[in-house]
Amino acid sequence: MDLSFTPAEQAFRQEVASFLEKELPPATRKKVLDGLHVTPQETIQWQKILHRKGWGGPNWAKEFGGTGWDPVRQFIFEEESAAAGAPRLLPFGLKMVGPVIMRFGNEAQQQRHLPRILAADDWWCQGYSEPGSGSDLASVKTRAERQGDHYLVNGQKTWITLAQHANWIFALVRTDPSAKAQAGISFLLIDMRTPGVTVRPIIMLDEGHEVNEVWFEDVKVPVENLVGEENKGWTYAKFLLGHERTNIAGIGGSKRELARLKRIAALEQKHGRPLDQDPAFAARLATVEIELMALEITNLRVLSAEAERRAPGPEASLLKIKGTEIQQALSELMVQAVGPAALPFDPAVMDGAPPALDPAYAAPLAATYGNLRKTSIYGGSNEIQKNIITQMILGL
Amino acid sequence: MHFNLTAEQQLLSDTVGRFLAKAYAFEARHKIVKSPEGWSREIWAQLAEMGLLALQVPEAHGGMAPAVVETLLTMTALGKALVVEPYLASAVLGTALVRDLGTPAQAEALLPALAAGEKIVVPAHGERGSRHDLSRVATAAARDGKGWVLRGRKSVVIHGQAADVLVVSARTAGAVDAAAGISLFLVPRDSKGLTVTGYRTFDNQRAAEVVLDGVALPGDALLGPEGGAFPGLSAAFDLGLAAICAEAVGSLQAALDTTIEYTKTRKQFGVPIAKFQALQHRMADMLIHVEQARSMSFLAAMKAASADAGERRRAVSAAKVVVGQACRFVGQQAVQLHGGMGVTDELAVSHHFKRLMAIELSLGDTEHHLEQFVAAGAGRPA
Ligand SMILES: Cc1cc2nc3c(=O)[nH]c(=O)nc-3n(C[C@H](O)[C@H](O)[C@H](O)COP(=O)(O)OP(=O)(O)OC[C@H]3O[C@@H](n4cnc5c(N)ncnc54)[C@H](O)[C@@H]3O)c2cc1C
Repeated sequence: MDLSFTPAEQAFRQEVASFLEKELPPATRKKVLDGLHVTPQETIQWQKILHRKGWGGPNWAKEFGGTGWDPVRQFIFEEESAAAGAPRLLPFGLKMVGPVIMRFGNEAQQQRHLPRILAADDWWCQGYSEPGSGSDLASVKTRAERQGDHYLVNGQKTWITLAQHANWIFALVRTDPSAKAQAGISFLLIDMRTPGVTVRPIIMLDEGHEVNEVWFEDVKVPVENLVGEENKGWTYAKFLLGHERTNIAGIGGSKRELARLKRIAALEQKHGRPLDQDPAFAARLATVEIELMALEITNLRVLSAEAERRAPGPEASLLKIKGTEIQQALSELMVQAVGPAALPFDPAVMDGAPPALDPAYAAPLAATYGNLRKTSIYGGSNEIQKNIITQMILGL
Repeated sequence: MHFNLTAEQQLLSDTVGRFLAKAYAFEARHKIVKSPEGWSREIWAQLAEMGLLALQVPEAHGGMAPAVVETLLTMTALGKALVVEPYLASAVLGTALVRDLGTPAQAEALLPALAAGEKIVVPAHGERGSRHDLSRVATAAARDGKGWVLRGRKSVVIHGQAADVLVVSARTAGAVDAAAGISLFLVPRDSKGLTVTGYRTFDNQRAAEVVLDGVALPGDALLGPEGGAFPGLSAAFDLGLAAICAEAVGSLQAALDTTIEYTKTRKQFGVPIAKFQALQHRMADMLIHVEQARSMSFLAAMKAASADAGERRRAVSAAKVVVGQACRFVGQQAVQLHGGMGVTDELAVSHHFKRLMAIELSLGDTEHHLEQFVAAGAGRPA
């Protein structure tokens, strides 16, 4: 056993850090470090910068234009990027539909879509959930009827993250309504500009617009947009969910947020002294920091096991649960750190409007705390993750 | 010992509940919080008409004080409906300060108007640097002939903009964190040098930043003893704490109720999600939190006016600790059990979540009241 990174890995970390230092646009970086939203343009711009460097696909194999990095290098890259304040790369293309197309798509689909994901020419969104199908995803009802050279799609998807910016959606649709649950589902790639596709905003508790309903009314989707085989979509969906969870621990992001919490705690006062010198607060902060240390090692253990097995396993559920609990705890502590100063609320602040009150760092904290409740709900809720652990790991 | 309500108390509770169920339904509330002022003078007038603004006003001035149980029941009903009007700020805190510290003339000038809903009086006490410390006051008042001049800044003053009169705390002597040397002043909203900047809070209430830039006041603006306002201030805030704990209970119960209702109707995997034992146990834990909070809201109400300062401190701070923990657990789990629907703006549950979070931060957070409890128990001054 050796818990240190090899000299080569350390050199790699250095390389990533200096690249970030040079190439990350300062305005974008500041927003991320301050906990504000980056614009879609900033996200696209960053992906394009990475792409020019040949790092557009950190988790992709070389043959598809990726970096070919092993899981440890991917982890180092994510950690350094998050710490430096790089925007989160859009997972929908890179981590979700991309790997599915590589594994199950045909060559035409690979050539058409993969380079455009790397270059940020397309913005993908994930069309799985429906009003009646959240945790029970296999019950999706959106119907795709084969009619000659196209499918006719009708139905409604919901909770679709950033669909308002997307030009493509990958959707789970029912192609065989007579088959039981998982059996009649197919995986379709749908151009959002096709007539009959409508996107409607859902406003969240922080008054932000990040999720949407997506409606399909007699939408004609060419049959060549079917991935793999008809009625085998569930297999692909499960493959994808595994990939979606591999970096869900969000170690790098939590380290960045921990650093923000420490900055805030040093500036806040309690009984006339810096808050970070208050024993009660320091202990709470340390407790989360220690949890994060443990999770980092657990994460590396899982990655190392994955590297040998070549596929994400059920341990990803553990990372998801603990990772989101830490994210939520950090956001809670930031609110607690500023106290009543967290209460004044202007949703425009998240999008860069200057806060009316001092200190500026307090302005986004309540919204972020509220917003991050989502992390234990999406990507397979934490209750569903526990069901996976009990079934797949504990064998109960 | 008993926990029974009198027939009149039960009637009051039912009447307020019925009124709010109609006048303050989710859509109606939405309209109110989106209105320019962010609260409704019409609702306020109706609360006055029902006698609710007179609960803390002494009989001599047309009120019903002490009305401990009535205040508790009213606050719980307001919490359930997520009422945003300045009830806690004015009808409890502001009223108690004037009542307990005012001269006969000050009382006569304000209390009948408070009871009638004609005047709003709110404390402007917290400052950026004070965090949760009640005795940390940097705003200063200097004598100027027979009068006073105030300088300083008050932060997150709940309903500061709605106030006709602010009760401003200012230091007339002593170190910045000393209990001795704090004085209170009645500052009319139109005073020269006073700037009140209102805004919305995360839980859709209203608050304000208050800047006092050389506000000149006459001698009779002093409320309570010069330099000796702290005991009265602390007593009023304990009454406020008991009230906010009762408000929390209403919101906690509503958050639990809506969660039970939702899980019974929401189906996944072919069954109502309430059938999953993991969720059943979660809701059982929520119920335990709600009931513990309810018990402590009773204790706080009964002890908030206790003459024994140590007993009062322990009871009220203990209540805020239990309530604060309940606010966090129940608020978060209510959202969680609603799944995606829980994080939208569309259902009442996220609004309870936000109010519960704000309650935890108000009038001293959980950690602050833990410290207060420990300090009181160790025989040190609270
Ligand atoms: C901010 C956000 C972004 C999202 N983005 C996307 C996206 O881009 N694309 C997409 O397709 N979907 C997306 N989702 C949807 C997300 O995947 C679902 O919300 C999630 O699967 C939960 O489904 P639900 O909301 O219907 O809740 P439900 O499934 O109704 O669950 C409600 C509660 O019941 C619990 N529960 C359900 N079943 C069980 C069980 N068997 N045992 C124990 N507890 C159970 C859940 O854990 C939860 O607490 C997003 C959701 C959110 C909140």
